[in-house]
Amino acid sequence: MNGAPGADGRVLRIEGLHKSFGRLEVLKGIDLSVSEHEVICLIGASGSGKSTLLRCIDLLEPIEQGRIVIRGEEVTARGVDVNKVRRQIGIVFQAFNLFPHMTVLRNVTLGPTEALKLSKAESETRAVELLERFGLAEKKGDYPDRLSGGQQQRVAIIRSLAMQPDILLLDEVTSALDPELVSGVLDLIRELARGGMTMVIATHEMGFARDIANRVCFLDEGVILEEGPPEQIFSSPQQPRTQQFLQSIIEAGRM
Amino acid sequence: MRKVLIGIAAFGLLLAACAESSEETSSPSASGSTAAECAKSVTTYVGSGVLTVGTDNPAYPPWYAGGHTTDTNWKINNPATGKGFESAVAYAVADKLGFATDQVQWVEVPFNKSFAPGPKDFDFDINQISYKPTRAEAVDFSDSYYDANQALVALKGAPITGASTLTDLKQYKLGAQIGTTSYDYIANNIQPTQDPGIYDSNNDAITALRNGQIDGIVVDLPSAFFITAVQIPDGVIVGQFPTIGQQEYFGMVFQRGNSLVTCVNQALEELKADGTLAGIQDKWLSQVVNVPVFSTS
Amino acid sequence: MGIPGGGGAPELYELPPGESELARGRRSRILAGLRQEGAKSVLIAILSTVVFFTVLVVIVLNSPGWLEVKRAFFSGKYFAESLPEIAHRFLINVRAFLIAEAFILVWALFLAVLRSLPGPVFFPLRLLSIAYTDFFRGVPTILVIYILGFGAPALQIEGIPKSAFFWGVVSLVLVYSAYVAEVYRAGIESIHPSQIAAARSLGLTRLQSLRFVVVPQAVRRVIPPLLNDFIGLQKDTALLSLIGVLEAFRQSQVDVAGSFNFTPHLATALVFIVCTIPLTRMVDWLVRRERSRRQAGAAL
Repeated sequence: MNGAPGADGRVLRIEGLHKSFGRLEVLKGIDLSVSEHEVICLIGASGSGKSTLLRCIDLLEPIEQGRIVIRGEEVTARGVDVNKVRRQIGIVFQAFNLFPHMTVLRNVTLGPTEALKLSKAESETRAVELLERFGLAEKKGDYPDRLSGGQQQRVAIIRSLAMQPDILLLDEVTSALDPELVSGVLDLIRELARGGMTMVIATHEMGFARDIANRVCFLDEGVILEEGPPEQIFSSPQQPRTQQFLQSIIEAGRM
Repeated sequence: MRKVLIGIAAFGLLLAACAESSEETSSPSASGSTAAECAKSVTTYVGSGVLTVGTDNPAYPPWYAGGHTTDTNWKINNPATGKGFESAVAYAVADKLGFATDQVQWVEVPFNKSFAPGPKDFDFDINQISYKPTRAEAVDFSDSYYDANQALVALKGAPITGASTLTDLKQYKLGAQIGTTSYDYIANNIQPTQDPGIYDSNNDAITALRNGQIDGIVVDLPSAFFITAVQIPDGVIVGQFPTIGQQEYFGMVFQRGNSLVTCVNQALEELKADGTLAGIQDKWLSQVVNVPVFSTS
Repeated sequence: MGIPGGGGAPELYELPPGESELARGRRSRILAGLRQEGAKSVLIAILSTVVFFTVLVVIVLNSPGWLEVKRAFFSGKYFAESLPEIAHRFLINVRAFLIAEAFILVWALFLAVLRSLPGPVFFPLRLLSIAYTDFFRGVPTILVIYILGFGAPALQIEGIPKSAFFWGVVSLVLVYSAYVAEVYRAGIESIHPSQIAAARSLGLTRLQSLRFVVVPQAVRRVIPPLLNDFIGLQKDTALLSLIGVLEAFRQSQVDVAGSFNFTPHLATALVFIVCTIPLTRMVDWLVRRERSRRQAGAAL
């Protein structure tokens, strides 16, 4: 793990985050803090700003207002080495994750060798270890087109893990998968949580969220409308909008 | 009875007269008849009552002279001035064929068009085109109106100016204009170690010479004189090339099977016989003196 | 992304992604349909083609000038005579093409990357790249060859080569790089932004992302249009004849002028075609291979 948590044990702290795309304000003041080993699940409708929030944390999007502090270092300040920050954060997207022109092994070793400047041997050892741990070792010489969608996403997560990040951001990583492949990916994430990985997970999989989250945040129209432990959010949501949202999920048969 | 005999005699004379004139129209014969008579019997003229002569544009000296005006498309020289070697020859031949100066019309004929298949838009084309047996399969050539020798042009003081044999020239990069037999001469008789540069026009070859991209230009002797006198003041004629094999000559180009060839040949005969052709040559190509000849070793 | 919609939805949940059974099923249904229609329409196609070409041939062969054209353009004797030398000279075209191509691939990539540098600080470089591509795509190649081929050596600057071949190749590189840079740019811009995000999220710098992730994919993607440009380049090597290089086309011009027969140009055409056909077949093969790899980019 890189560095120690901030003085108050927090890995990530977001204060008053505003983000606009042109004239459209997508995030209207987000406050969030994540402690070490915590698993936060972000739920909410499409367009509520979940993906944007995760991308902002990884400094993939510039912000209009607010601060993001990672392990005590304000990463939204001027003069920050953005690449260095990104090495500490892992992010996995919904699709188009793996580099299709590289083998699975090379996909995983690219970051360690080029960004962390590890030797080829070291990177490969680390990569093979991770692939073995999650049952994908025999795929290491294959190109992504030979893997199922679920396998690809698992490799994508492994690729982020190879960087040994402080925090892992998962942006609806199962939403584009065929349903029977989803469980494989969710199992992997569960194991990471058991292992103490700090994670912020945007997801539609409510059952999974209920299982794994320490805290659930409901995003609605650019703000965290409600947050709390899963039992509270799922069983007795306070806000009417939260209730509406959960109701629509139930009706769609996803819970 | 006497009336019948007179009638028969008259009829016989009439027949004889008809026979004679029909002989003339069916096959123009060179023996005994003049070029003019020959020309009258030709039916394949492109224009009516005029002789249509073709050459390429621009019309370069010393083949054409007298300058040009902006009212025609001719560049450098307008062939219709009658000045310049080929222009003079064309008008002299036209005269022998029975065409007055104002009955001669000029048309632009790019080199490639002069031998393209299909009907020609000229009666003959005069454009420094050398006779070659292969070429004669595609078109008809007149007899020689100029025996052409090739020469070598280079820049003053260049090493190539010291060459005196064909072997001396092997090491240099030579240049020539496309369509001239200069390339043949280079390829067959000089056989240099470097590929020659072949250019669209003599002007391009001259540019290349000035740039140092080639060491010398192989070009016909009269053109060589013009080039060194006017176009490249610091140019010299290194020497002229000996004839190897058949003497090269310029001939007019005709549509295959055009009976006018015979008449033009007759005209050329007459011009050679009465000294006109020699006079034209003296007037326009007079500097062909004292140019050293390369030896073949 | 929610539940995939469309017809035949129930099957989707059983299928692995990529070359799915659904697609295979669809294809075999189409083929079966074709087989029924097939015999009849194929017959019509063959018949109409035969009729068309027969009519064409009859018209041409019976035209009044055919014999003359045949002698002038399709003479077996001149074809056989001129072909060896033309083929030999074609090696100059090949050399020009290979050298030019190598430089174009590199220089054009540089121009494309220059064009894609973001931010106001790089604006002059972007502008330069745009000006370059606009200029060299606008001016006719033949003019560039003429001006550089005769003009550059005329400057008489010490040390720069005088050779027409050199300046001809330089001209081709300058002109074609403008086209190829645009092709590269299209390729670079077609890479899904998530790929770049994934690369940057690993902590790779912008340049590293370009080098390891974007450019390799972009180049693979644009191989067909790249190769199309190169087939064009191969043909344009004939323009070197203009500045005096004795390559295949110039050689056939010399033969034509010497014999007054146009058939040598046919021989040159044949030599050029024979060399581009392998290239076009290679393009097809590369496209097929790349398509299968690219499906992984969609991931799911």
